[in-house]
Amino acid sequence: MIRAALLLLALCATLAGAQSPPPRSGLDFQGDDIRRLQEDDFANPAMLWVERGAALWREARGAAGKSCADCHGDAASSMRGVAARLPGWDRRLGRVVTLDARIQACATGEQRAAGFAPESRDHIGLLAYVSLQSRGMPQRVEVEGEARAVFERGRELFMTRVGQMNLACTHCHDLKWGRTLLTEKISQGQPTAWPAYRLDWQAAGSLERRLRACFVGVRAAMPDYRSDELTALQLYLARRAQGLALEAPGVRR
Amino acid sequence: MSAGRLRVPARARRGEVIEIRLLLEHPMENGFRRDTLGRAVPKNIINTLVARYDGREILRAEFGTGIAANPYLAFFTRATASGEVVVSWVDDAGLAGEVRAPIEVG
Amino acid sequence: MRRRRFLQISGAGVAAVALPLRAQQLLPAHDLQPLIRGIAGAAEPMPGRIRIVLPQLAENGNSVPLEIRVDSPMTATDHVRSVHVFAERNPRPLVASFRFGPDAGRTQLTTRIRLAGSQRVVALAVLSDGSCWTDGAEVVVTSAACLDEMSL
Repeated sequence: MIRAALLLLALCATLAGAQSPPPRSGLDFQGDDIRRLQEDDFANPAMLWVERGAALWREARGAAGKSCADCHGDAASSMRGVAARLPGWDRRLGRVVTLDARIQACATGEQRAAGFAPESRDHIGLLAYVSLQSRGMPQRVEVEGEARAVFERGRELFMTRVGQMNLACTHCHDLKWGRTLLTEKISQGQPTAWPAYRLDWQAAGSLERRLRACFVGVRAAMPDYRSDELTALQLYLARRAQGLALEAPGVRR
Repeated sequence: MSAGRLRVPARARRGEVIEIRLLLEHPMENGFRRDTLGRAVPKNIINTLVARYDGREILRAEFGTGIAANPYLAFFTRATASGEVVVSWVDDAGLAGEVRAPIEVG
Repeated sequence: MRRRRFLQISGAGVAAVALPLRAQQLLPAHDLQPLIRGIAGAAEPMPGRIRIVLPQLAENGNSVPLEIRVDSPMTATDHVRSVHVFAERNPRPLVASFRFGPDAGRTQLTTRIRLAGSQRVVALAVLSDGSCWTDGAEVVVTSAACLDEMSL
């Protein structure tokens, strides 16, 4: 009886120790002003981009003369959950795609239009509008099967030291989150608030823009927009954020 | 036309003090920023903003480069009559913008 | 053992980039007197009636929330004519001026301003009787902890 109880206790202790703490929103590491701004759907400057995206959703584009709405109807229903399960393996395209890559494929494929230039108003607008439709839903991406190799590559990138400062993402965002750097609290580096309005940029921008800025932060060369490295990193980040509620479009410093 | 959003209560009692909220899409270039080639990005800010309601000017603002990008403004007025709140603005390049919202006063 | 060494090195590398607040240089302050004199005329600005609300520490100098309230009955004979905001260490110290209509109801406004660095922000209200009232607040503005591609 006592032996069974002790075994049970040991098992519980092992399980408790093996579980990592639940992922935390970047809002936990921002100040009150930014929290209030993000939670205010009128004053959140990223909503200006969402409005652009909503208008673009209904605009006919390209040689096919089709709008997003022509195929996808009302975004609130058709796009619900999309941002929550991306990046992911796209069977039709035969590769892992981010939400951005998926939109690009539609624009250049179905619409037979030009793709969106990275960080352009239309690009971030559409990204923000579609991401908003998954707000509040938990991030849940699939990393088994065909996505496995890309996921592993993403994890490798997260753990590899880069740049003059010779730091890997994990050093700050796994080991030092919550600690203070100058006057800022280091976040866990979760992807769920992106695209976001960054006060430092005075504009809304994508997760890729933010990740490129991280590389600059450690004095490393930036991976190109829409590169395989950034795609892999985003897949890893999404898996790492499993269960965390999407909050895009966010506000960050 | 430059874009913006305006929020006023849809309905108000006569004499009630109501809040008007405004968010404008504008980079408010202060003229001090440099592009990736080191060239100064020319100054271009919204310099004047006027809010009108019930045939009168209820607020006139002159902005300097110290107003943040994508300007936010919240202010108050007394609900006097049903009609439209109209906010218009112009920037250094002469680009104008306008937003309007109806209010029913009973 | 090796992990502790890694953390020590990475910590030192990061600390070298961070500046202690004391070492931060303040930008030169403009003399606001001529600007204020131009607005207030002969009236000497007195403390009171107007209140300026700003965070003590700005999250980012590009966008700092500012609230101004003026205590005034806002009647035809006793109202606020105008409100002006100055940031003494900004390259252009006059941030904005506001003129109110007679039916403002409440002279209170909220906006977001840019601050080039830690400094004092001053608000000035001119009333219908020509009197001038003032309030100020100190804001600390620090650089971002991590540089961005904007810093290149």
